[in-house]
Amino acid sequence: MAKRTALYAKHLEANAKMVDFAGWEMPIHYGSQIVEHKAVREHAGMFDVSHMTIVDLSGSDATDYLQKLLANDVSRLQEKGKALYSGMLNQDGGVIDDLIVYKADSGYRLVVNSATRAKDLEWMEKNLHGFSNICLTERPELAMLAIQGPQAIAKVKLVKPEAATAIDGLKVFQGRGQAEWFYARTGYTGEDGLEIMVPDAEIAAFWQSLLEADVQPCGLGARDTLRLEAGMNLYGNDMSETVSPLQANMAWTVAWEPASRDFIGRAALEAEKAAGVPTKLVGLILEGRGIMRSHQKVIVDLGADGQGEGEITSGTFSPTLECSIAMARVPKATGDHCLVDIRGKQVPAKVVKLPFVRNGKKVCE
Amino acid sequence: MANVPSDLKYVASHEWVRIEADGTVTIGITDFAQEALGDVVFVELPEVDAEFDADAECAVVESVKAASDIYAPLAGKIIAVNEDLVDAPEKANEDPYGEAWFFKMELANAADLDGLMDAAAYTAACES
Repeated sequence: MAKRTALYAKHLEANAKMVDFAGWEMPIHYGSQIVEHKAVREHAGMFDVSHMTIVDLSGSDATDYLQKLLANDVSRLQEKGKALYSGMLNQDGGVIDDLIVYKADSGYRLVVNSATRAKDLEWMEKNLHGFSNICLTERPELAMLAIQGPQAIAKVKLVKPEAATAIDGLKVFQGRGQAEWFYARTGYTGEDGLEIMVPDAEIAAFWQSLLEADVQPCGLGARDTLRLEAGMNLYGNDMSETVSPLQANMAWTVAWEPASRDFIGRAALEAEKAAGVPTKLVGLILEGRGIMRSHQKVIVDLGADGQGEGEITSGTFSPTLECSIAMARVPKATGDHCLVDIRGKQVPAKVVKLPFVRNGKKVCE
Repeated sequence: MANVPSDLKYVASHEWVRIEADGTVTIGITDFAQEALGDVVFVELPEVDAEFDADAECAVVESVKAASDIYAPLAGKIIAVNEDLVDAPEKANEDPYGEAWFFKMELANAADLDGLMDAAAYTAACES
């Protein structure tokens, strides 16, 4: 039996097409994925992301624990509410999951992927060994709604005026709690907006008020095309336990300093760096006809070294660029062009730096 | 509920077949198929004069989320393809039985038409 979020009835009311996602019955779209995508780029859309796993950490050892558990360094979180994106690595430097950690009033709040929930919690518990004063609490009673787009923040303030002051004080990548609600200026779309954690019992009324304020319900389909345009990784596609963050465009999330901080996976990453990282994650824009999809082969010309091969990790049609875009893992020496094998045809593509789109505008060359 | 016009024939892989006065057939994808695919963004059509067996892959339709093969519902030769659909693939969502026809075929064996489903049988197949 698939799990349902507290917004299940609201999805049906909005004519959602529901699909199974990591054991949850979730909306894939409410009619047109492209309409939903454009709503987020042009005004405001909302996504039920209650399936994601929220874990609160408290206790005097919480900071030391997270400095060991995460490749990024929570000591960078000086300001209250500040958020940090990080990989949680295994000993081999592979990515167990990617997550956001917020510095909460007391302790930390982590948001991890739902598809990886069981192994994440197991790994987190296993690594509690050696820490005595720490408490790890999952928060399944909290729903989470992402409201994204240039008008997203204004819409939330309109329907929740009592939170306006708190929201106005938020910098990008910062969150703030108010009673049982937690407002964070984060997202997965490349637009400004909020991710709001709300008690299950209160989420349906909040959804309804946003709906009446013309915020477009958006499904997992639009969530995927938006994040891909924004150059944001999807766990399981663009990164995995067998790929290091250095090969997944996540080198910026690895805090090497201080050198004394011995986070899990550090030794493997140092060895990889010393040996030379063999691949990189890049953006592709298809120049011919067709749609790039994950696992298609990428062929690159490496000059004197002959031909190299890479692989599409995520591919789709970009509603903003109106052509196919993809992320691909390719040899480090890849230049600015490649060929993609689309069902036996070799179609030319341009190699670009990620992201493709930010704040409604194409940013790649 | 998907629209299933009663004047067309159907195959289980969700293509519709319209029998023209001259005995040729026009083929497209059903309302049920476009609904399941979601926003169609790319169509690849066969070459005119290409010959296919029944159930052979002969075209591709891609929505934002996935690629899907289109099968020749009957054996025969391609006599026309809808180039306008290549330029405006979203027509497959907007008008699946009209402007968004995919291709026309000359049948190898007109008796093959007897093997197609009528609207009632196709509706039942979609609901099962």
